[in-house]
Amino acid sequence: MKAKHQRLILALVALAGVTGAGVLGASALRDEAAYFRTPEEVAGGHAKVGEPMRLGGMVAAGSLKRLGDGVTIRFVATDGKASVPVQFTGIVPDLFAEKAGMVADGRMRADGVFVADRILAKHDERYMPPQMGDMPKDMKVAAGK
Amino acid sequence: MIAELGLALLWMAAALACLSLVAGILFVRSGRGELAALVRPASVAQGVLTAASFALLIALFARSDMSVELVARNSHSLKPMLFKIAGAWGNHEGSMLLWLTILGLSGGLVALFEKRLREDTLIATLAAQAALSLGFFAFLLFSSNPFNRLPIAPPDGQGLNPLLQDPGLAFHPPTLYVGYVGLSVAFSFAVGALVTREIGPAFARAMRPWVLGSWIFLTLGITAGSYWAYYELGWGGWWFWDPVENVSLIPWLAGAALLHSVAVTATRNALRAWTVMLAVIGFSMSMVGTFIVRSGLLTSVHSFAVDPERGTFLLVLMAIYIGGALMLFALRAGTVAEGKTFALLSREGALVINNLLLTTILALVLLGTLYPIVAEAMGEKISVGPPYYNKVAGPLALILCLVMIAGPLLRWRRDDGRTLWSRLPLALFAGAAVLFGLILFGGSVGVLPLLGMTVAAIVAVASLAPLWKRNLRRTPLPVWGMVVAHFGVAVALAGMAAESAFIKERLVAAAPGETVRVADFSVAFEGVEPIAGPNYTAVRGTLVASTPAGDRFVLHPAARTFPGLMGGAPTETNEAALLTRPGGQLYAVLGQPVTGADGAQRYQLRLWWKPLVWWIWLGGALIAIGAAMAMLGRAQLLAIWRARRARKREERFA
Repeated sequence: MKAKHQRLILALVALAGVTGAGVLGASALRDEAAYFRTPEEVAGGHAKVGEPMRLGGMVAAGSLKRLGDGVTIRFVATDGKASVPVQFTGIVPDLFAEKAGMVADGRMRADGVFVADRILAKHDERYMPPQMGDMPKDMKVAAGK
Repeated sequence: MIAELGLALLWMAAALACLSLVAGILFVRSGRGELAALVRPASVAQGVLTAASFALLIALFARSDMSVELVARNSHSLKPMLFKIAGAWGNHEGSMLLWLTILGLSGGLVALFEKRLREDTLIATLAAQAALSLGFFAFLLFSSNPFNRLPIAPPDGQGLNPLLQDPGLAFHPPTLYVGYVGLSVAFSFAVGALVTREIGPAFARAMRPWVLGSWIFLTLGITAGSYWAYYELGWGGWWFWDPVENVSLIPWLAGAALLHSVAVTATRNALRAWTVMLAVIGFSMSMVGTFIVRSGLLTSVHSFAVDPERGTFLLVLMAIYIGGALMLFALRAGTVAEGKTFALLSREGALVINNLLLTTILALVLLGTLYPIVAEAMGEKISVGPPYYNKVAGPLALILCLVMIAGPLLRWRRDDGRTLWSRLPLALFAGAAVLFGLILFGGSVGVLPLLGMTVAAIVAVASLAPLWKRNLRRTPLPVWGMVVAHFGVAVALAGMAAESAFIKERLVAAAPGETVRVADFSVAFEGVEPIAGPNYTAVRGTLVASTPAGDRFVLHPAARTFPGLMGGAPTETNEAALLTRPGGQLYAVLGQPVTGADGAQRYQLRLWWKPLVWWIWLGGALIAIGAAMAMLGRAQLLAIWRARRARKREERFA
C-alpha cells in the first residue's frame, strides 16, 4: 500500500478513535457523574430520588443515633440553613463525630432520608470542601465506609 | 543557622540553574566551546547544592527545631524518628524541595554520565532541565519557602496527621517523586533534541534508561500507595479514583506509552513524533498533577492546604513550560515527521495502536479528574467516581491487553501473521477455558470482572509465547524483562477481577464469645483489651479464624486514639488486621462499641474475604521487576562488565 494511502487511513482511524473516545467520555460523564448537594439544596427539592449524589454538611449536635443491629447509624446533616436525615450502615469512620463536617456518597430515598454508601476521609486536618467554606474553621472532616 | 544555610544553598543552586540556562542558550546559538564547558559542572553543582539543602531540612526535622515554621506546623517532639524525618517531605514546601532536589540531581547525573550524545543536543537538554528548575526555584523561594522562621518558637509542634504515621507511607512520596520528576529528563531530552533538530536513535538511546527508571519508580510508588490505602484506610478498597491517585496514574500511562515508543525510535528510527510528544506529555502531566494537588482546586482525600496564590503561580509556570514545548514541537514539526515506514501488521503498527489506546485512557482519566473543576467554575458541583472510570477505562484497558498479546509476536516493519497464527490459539484456548469455567461454576459474576479474568488468562499464556522455540540461556535480558512485565499485567488483572467478582463481606455487631462466618472461615470474636503505643492508646480486638482444614489464625484489629496536640481534638484511626493466604486475604476491621438491645457490650466488626487480592500488588511488583530487567539489559555498565568477563576468560585460555 502506498505510504500516502497508509497515512490517510491512519489519520482516519485516529480521527474515528478520538471521536469515539470523546463520545464515550461525554456519555459516561453524563450518566455517572454525581452531583454534590448541600442540605439546603436537598430541602429545596433539587435532589432526585434514587440518583447517585454526594451530600456535604455538618453532623447536627445530638442527632447521632445507633439502630438496634449495632452497625447502622442515623444522624442529621445540616448546613445551618436546612437539615437532611442520613442513614448509614457500616463502621463509623475515624474522625467522625457530632458537630464535625462530613461528605457522604449515596442516594435519596423516597421517604426523604439520604442513604449513604460511603462517607469520605481526609489526610489533612485542615480539609474543608470549598462548598462549606463559610463554616467554622476548627471543624474537621471524618470518613467512613 | 541551619535553616539560613539551607536557604542560602537554595539561592546558590538557583543561580547555577540560571547560569546553565544562559550559557546553554548562548552556546547553542553561537557554538563557543567555553560556554559549553560551564554547563555540565553547573548542572552537577546545582544538583549537589539542592540535595544538601534538602538534607539540612531533614536535619531540622530530626532535631525538632520548632523555630522553623514548617517543623512547628508539621512535626512534634514525641513522634518516632522515622516519622519526624518523613515529615520533612510530608507537606507542601518540603515536598516541593524534594521535587527540586530530584530535578537537580537528575540533571547532574545526565551531565556526569551521558557521553554518547552529540554535544550541542546534550547542552540544550541540560539547559532545558535548568529552565525547568528555575521556574520551580522561583516558586519555592518566593511563595513556598521551607526555611521560614517563626518570630517566637512554640514549645512543641502541631504534628502530622496520625493516618500518615506509617513506615510504608514514609517512603511512598519520595518513590513517586523520583518517578514524576525523572520524567523531566525525558522532557528535557525531547526539548533539547527539538532545538538542535537531532530527533533520532541517538537521543532516544540517551533518554531510554531515564524513561524506564522513572517509570519503574512510578510503578512501585503507585503499587505501594495502593497497598497502603488498602490496609491503612480500613475500607478494603485498593483504588478509589481519587484525584491524587489519578494524578499519579496519568504520568504512569504516558510513561508506559513512552517506554515502548522510545525503544522503537532507538532501534528502528520510527515513531519519532510519538516519542517526542509523549516525552513532553509525560512531564506535563506530572506538572498538572502537582498543580491539581497543591492549588486547592480539587477537594480530595490527599489535597494540601488550599492556597489560590500558589495555584496561580503554578498555573502560569505550567503554561510557559507546556506551551513552550508544544510551540517548539510545532515549529520543528518538519524535522520530526519523517521516519522509517512500516506496515500496519508489524510490531511498529501494534505499538502505534498501543500508544493510541494508552493516550486515550490517559485523556479520559484526565477528563474525569478535571471535569469537576470545570463544572464547578460553571456553578455546578459534581463528583466523578468509580462508575465513570470503570465504564471508560475498563473496556479500553481490556482491549489494550489484547493488543499486548499480539505485539511481541510480530516482526518489525512487516509481518505475515504466521507466528501469531501459530502461537495464539493456545492462549485463546486458555481464555476460553477460564470463561466457560466461570460461566458454568462461578455463580453470578459481573461482565467486566468476567472479561477481566478471561483476558488475564489469555495474556498470561500469550506473554510467555515470545519465549517458545528460543534458546532460553541465550535470550537477551530485555526480552525476559518484557515477558515478566507483561505477565505481571496478567497477574494484576486477574487479582483485580477475582477480588471484584468473588469478594465476601460480613458486617455485624458482635459480643465477645460469638462466632461470625465469612467464606470458609469461622471467626471467633474473643474480646478486646486496651493497649498503649508510643504516642497513642488503642482498643485491640482478638479474633481467631479457623478453616475447615483445621488451621487457626489469630488477628488483632485495633482502633487507635491519638491525643489532641496543642489543644486540638483527639484523632482516631483504624488498624485493620490482615491474614494472607494463598487464595486471598481475610480483612478484619474493629469498629466502635455499641450497647446492644439486651444491654450486652458489643463491638462492630467488618470482615471481608478477598480472593486473590494480593495478586494485584504482586503483578505491580512483577511489572517493575520486568522493566528493571529491561533497563539493566541495556545498561552500559552491564555491557562493560560482560566484555571484561569475556576478556578475562580469553586470557585464561590464551
